[in-house]
Amino acid sequence: MRRRDQRLMTIAAAGAVLVLAATLTFVGLRDSVTFFVAPSELAEKAQAGQRVRLGGLVVEGTLRRDSDGAMRFAVTDGAAQVDVRYAGLLPDLFREGQGVVAEGVWTPGGAFEAERVLAKHDETYMPREVAEAIKERGEWKGQ
Amino acid sequence: MIAEIGAFAAALALVLSLAQGAMGLTASHRDSRAAATAAMAQAAAALCVLAFACLIAVFVQSDFSVAVVAANSHVDKPLMYKIAGAWGNHEGSMLLWCTVSALFGAILASTRGGQSLGLWSRSVGVQGLVTAGALIYTLFMSPPFARLDPAPMMGAGLNPLLQDPALVAHPPLLYLGYVGLSVPFSLAIAALIEGKADQAWARALRPWTLAAWTFLTVGIGVGSYWAYYELGWGGWWFWDPVENASFMPWLVAAALVHSAIVTERRGSLAGWTILLAIMGFGLAILGTFLVRSGVLTSVHAFAVDPTRGIAMLALLLIAMGAGFGLYAWRAPKLAQPSGFAAVSRESMLVWNNFGLAVAAGVVLIGTLYPLIVEAAGGGLISVGPPFFNSTVAPLIGVLFLLLPLGPMLTWRVGDMRAALLRLAPAAALAVATLLGALALSGWRVAPAIGLALGVWLIAGGLIYLWVRLQRGEGRFGAKLALLPLAVWSMSLAHVGAGVLTVGAIAETAFRSERAAEMAPGDGVDFAGWRVTLLDVVGAEGPNYSANRANFRIERRGAAFPLSAERRFYPTSPMPTTEVGIRSGLDGDLYLALGDAVRDRPGAWSVRLYHNPLVHLIFIGALMMAAGGVLSLIALARRRRMKL
Repeated sequence: MRRRDQRLMTIAAAGAVLVLAATLTFVGLRDSVTFFVAPSELAEKAQAGQRVRLGGLVVEGTLRRDSDGAMRFAVTDGAAQVDVRYAGLLPDLFREGQGVVAEGVWTPGGAFEAERVLAKHDETYMPREVAEAIKERGEWKGQ
Repeated sequence: MIAEIGAFAAALALVLSLAQGAMGLTASHRDSRAAATAAMAQAAAALCVLAFACLIAVFVQSDFSVAVVAANSHVDKPLMYKIAGAWGNHEGSMLLWCTVSALFGAILASTRGGQSLGLWSRSVGVQGLVTAGALIYTLFMSPPFARLDPAPMMGAGLNPLLQDPALVAHPPLLYLGYVGLSVPFSLAIAALIEGKADQAWARALRPWTLAAWTFLTVGIGVGSYWAYYELGWGGWWFWDPVENASFMPWLVAAALVHSAIVTERRGSLAGWTILLAIMGFGLAILGTFLVRSGVLTSVHAFAVDPTRGIAMLALLLIAMGAGFGLYAWRAPKLAQPSGFAAVSRESMLVWNNFGLAVAAGVVLIGTLYPLIVEAAGGGLISVGPPFFNSTVAPLIGVLFLLLPLGPMLTWRVGDMRAALLRLAPAAALAVATLLGALALSGWRVAPAIGLALGVWLIAGGLIYLWVRLQRGEGRFGAKLALLPLAVWSMSLAHVGAGVLTVGAIAETAFRSERAAEMAPGDGVDFAGWRVTLLDVVGAEGPNYSANRANFRIERRGAAFPLSAERRFYPTSPMPTTEVGIRSGLDGDLYLALGDAVRDRPGAWSVRLYHNPLVHLIFIGALMMAAGGVLSLIALARRRRMKL
């Protein structure tokens, strides 16, 4: 009888851990998944205040520094252009005219407030999402 | 000519591996097929080594008529990177995979130990099929020796980010780990075919799981350190899909290392050990697939070729289909001797396994979820660090809470009260850390808990050493010398996990960063340091030119020089950053040179980071790996004593 109790206890504890893990996973996937959007889809797909990943090419000649030190640049997919503001340090591989992914929050009428900016190397290392978004718009210039 | 010899050797190795598989799986006591299996395994390994040597030779010669060399090398490259270039690309790294698999097959064939002829020859046979599968993929889907006609005059050069000493070590170490998991898989399949997984079998399994886990630990550690100093912003872990791809097999290998101990010492958990071995290899193939197929966006994704990805998925399906199918069919036949109580070392190891396996499952879901959503037409999404931090961290936390209890309990039936009493000092230290960290960090709960858990692990590991030293008679020094290597290795690995935890939490939660525009002569006060830019000069490397910024850094009256570079490779449009790092006991001061400031002549943008206790992350990983090595030495010694 004691043996069976022990086994039941063990199974119950294991079940509790599994339920905990499943809950964490489920909640995590609901709350911390970020959708990828192209600049032209931003208005229709992203709700204000929702965290998204914005991908496209940095428009040449748009990079500048605000008076408070934050960086500003525009991102395009060929069809639309979105203003991005980023208070952090731009990564090494960030360049005008190159692919970029900005993760952050957009409010209608304002700039896209990026919390993270990811840049990839040259055009052969363009983020897949960016390449697909640009291909979809028929603006793709590579192979 | 060399390329043709290489291609021929690889093709021959494929034929031999297939024969090795057929012979090994059908060998019996009545004939000489078992001996032939071993000979074939050794011949296949020799041929694979020859093929890989040929690949290195064409890279060293800069033979641009070979397609991979033209795409990945350049005559100006230093010799070390020409050699490492052989595995710094898709085709070459796949050939390395085959070579390692064949070599492991040969070692497996020459170390039978106390295993029965059936188990041993079946496992060598399955390993032959694994090598054959990898060779088929390599030779037909990504031939490393394909020629170009006409041959280009010059190669395209290596991606400059890869021109680093870490490239020499990081991929081969990871592959040794990934492919190392193929041997436990082969042993598991052999056990299922034979319907027997005894203690001799577990004894043969243990060194392989330990070696694979140790290689993965060092490989991931080197990669993490590489990312830390090379990418220019001090990140050491991103929860990038490709990092997860190596972390999942690591978690399962860690579980396997522990469950194999139970199977060897007590004869129980054999079924679970077999299941883990199958899953571990599955995750290793999945890891190779995620890195090599480019299905997930990542800093590592090189090849974007769907047919390759599909072929690799097919191999994964065959291996896992065979593994799980056999498991469902044969596992019920495996005997399950000797039970254990709910409070015992076995049960703690079961909890360890359960926690590690669930963590691996959560990482797997998070990594594959974007693929599933995209395939289901749900759009492009990404699952980032917030998900993994909020799921994996609590699970590992619970695991670490239980960890120090395991070694304190005895096999079969343990005494929880005594174990807790012995660990009381560790618990007191952990609670003190918790309160101290809460007060000093302004009530940041999560980092404080993390630091306390790290201290709990370190103190728990040391108390275990102390308890073992109390046993027996004699002087302290004599007992210290007589302490079994296995005790040292376990203690070292567990303390290492604690050290890593402290470093990871401190770095993640308390790092600081700052951007500055500096002209020569300008000084900045940052994290207790006074950083002054002296000058920025041009510098020439073997195949790059650079701007080098020389800084003077001062703290508490002591001044040091420190320099950071920005390198330009003519073969690549993007510059790379060589950061300047000054390591102290409290952590790293980390300087990265940016671009010249446009509207202020002579000024440069400089990024400054303070990464508290970051070196503990890498020291902890090394300690864990050293624990693995010590344990391997202990197993080897015991084996020699038995013979």
